[in-house]
Amino acid sequence: MVEFSKITITNRLLRYAPILLLFLSVLNEFDFNYLELKYFSFNFPFVLIFYWSLKKVESLGYGLIFIAGLFNDVVTGFPMGVSSLSYLLICGFAAYFRNITLNPSLLKDWLFFLLTILVVNSMMYSLLVLFFSFDLNYYDLIVNLIFTFLLYVICANAFEIYQKLVFGTQNV
Amino acid sequence: MDAGTRDDFIIAIRSAFLKKENKQRFSLIFLIILSTIFLALGRINFKAIDYVKISIKEIVYRSSFVVSVPENYLKKTYQNIQSHFIIYNDYFEIKSEIKELKAQKTVDQFIVEENKRLKKIIDDYVADSDEVVAKIIIDKNSPFLRSLIVNKGSKNDIKLGMAVLDGSYLVGKVVEVNYLTSRILLLSDLNSKIPIIIEPGAFQSILSGTGKNDGIIQYLKENYFIKENSTIYTSGAGGLFKAGIPIGKIKKQELNNEKKVDFFSDFSQLRFVKIMSFKKDEN
Repeated sequence: MVEFSKITITNRLLRYAPILLLFLSVLNEFDFNYLELKYFSFNFPFVLIFYWSLKKVESLGYGLIFIAGLFNDVVTGFPMGVSSLSYLLICGFAAYFRNITLNPSLLKDWLFFLLTILVVNSMMYSLLVLFFSFDLNYYDLIVNLIFTFLLYVICANAFEIYQKLVFGTQNV
Repeated sequence: MDAGTRDDFIIAIRSAFLKKENKQRFSLIFLIILSTIFLALGRINFKAIDYVKISIKEIVYRSSFVVSVPENYLKKTYQNIQSHFIIYNDYFEIKSEIKELKAQKTVDQFIVEENKRLKKIIDDYVADSDEVVAKIIIDKNSPFLRSLIVNKGSKNDIKLGMAVLDGSYLVGKVVEVNYLTSRILLLSDLNSKIPIIIEPGAFQSILSGTGKNDGIIQYLKENYFIKENSTIYTSGAGGLFKAGIPIGKIKKQELNNEKKVDFFSDFSQLRFVKIMSFKKDEN
């Protein structure tokens, strides 16, 4: 009985790992900024949300993504709702792409991810600069976007291995 | 686009945004609208949103501090290793600097006393309020915003606009006060604008952050000759800070004639800061 409940808890933790990782990443922002590398930054939540919304949507609840966005706004000091909106738009793009794709491949996902983060970052930049009079460095945003795009392919492979180990077969 | 393709597009969009997905409690469109409402109400400073914000902040700042413990440990280890590499060279530099400073201190003591007397005559800000020492609980070096969260808030009499110092050096000001925590906008943030004076020459100007680890002098005509290594102090204009708080030094002139400032304080190494305001001496 004890063995059974232990297995269930571990199993549950593994199944909800993507959402736990999302909350950890927004509260902790593990983006290696402390290394002070001049031209290096990335947005891990974007990669995580896009991948899991595309491949296994039930692993991330939309309500929880919304709350994670609010947490991220509080941590980074952005107006409340900006990150939630961008995260949910990423979910929307991923859901749309899932609906129209018959033969999924990493390359297609990757290119569509680029389109998604381009649109979402542009929207976020416009919102912050035009409506909230924030001063943002455009080049930093571009650098962040490029590294997020490059990181996707590495994370996607890691997530795929994890998915096979925990969930057995792939959904899409 | 023919009718069939257009229909497929609409169906895919509708299914992605309007339909509730498997095991989802909310549809995407509902949450997107909710986020937009949050944004719009936040823009007009709606009271209820402010209360929600404050409650979330208190929870998030504390949990973020706990969650960041492993990362902070790694960060500290990385910085410790780095500082061990430069410790030997630093020792000799510091030794000779101390010798010079000791001599300079004796001369400065006279100037400080004289300055105090003169300030009283012109009714300038001379007295500091009780300082509050605060611990930094979140130090997110975001690529877009340069700010810190400290563990002191309105409960400890922290108010908006108070100066934040690292020893004697200015590092920023308080821009958000919660009950138990506050947010400090660092001088290096793009949105930070501080009235300054450049010595020697007594040039008045504005120091703005660059979003990196340095600052930039703004609104200063090009025909002023500012020497490399000139020191930047607060000018006291605007009445928020007293005049003469040291900030940094002018870096070597850039090719595009930009005047960059190297801050005295290393913002990535801050653990504790002093928060204080300034008032006029009544005696």
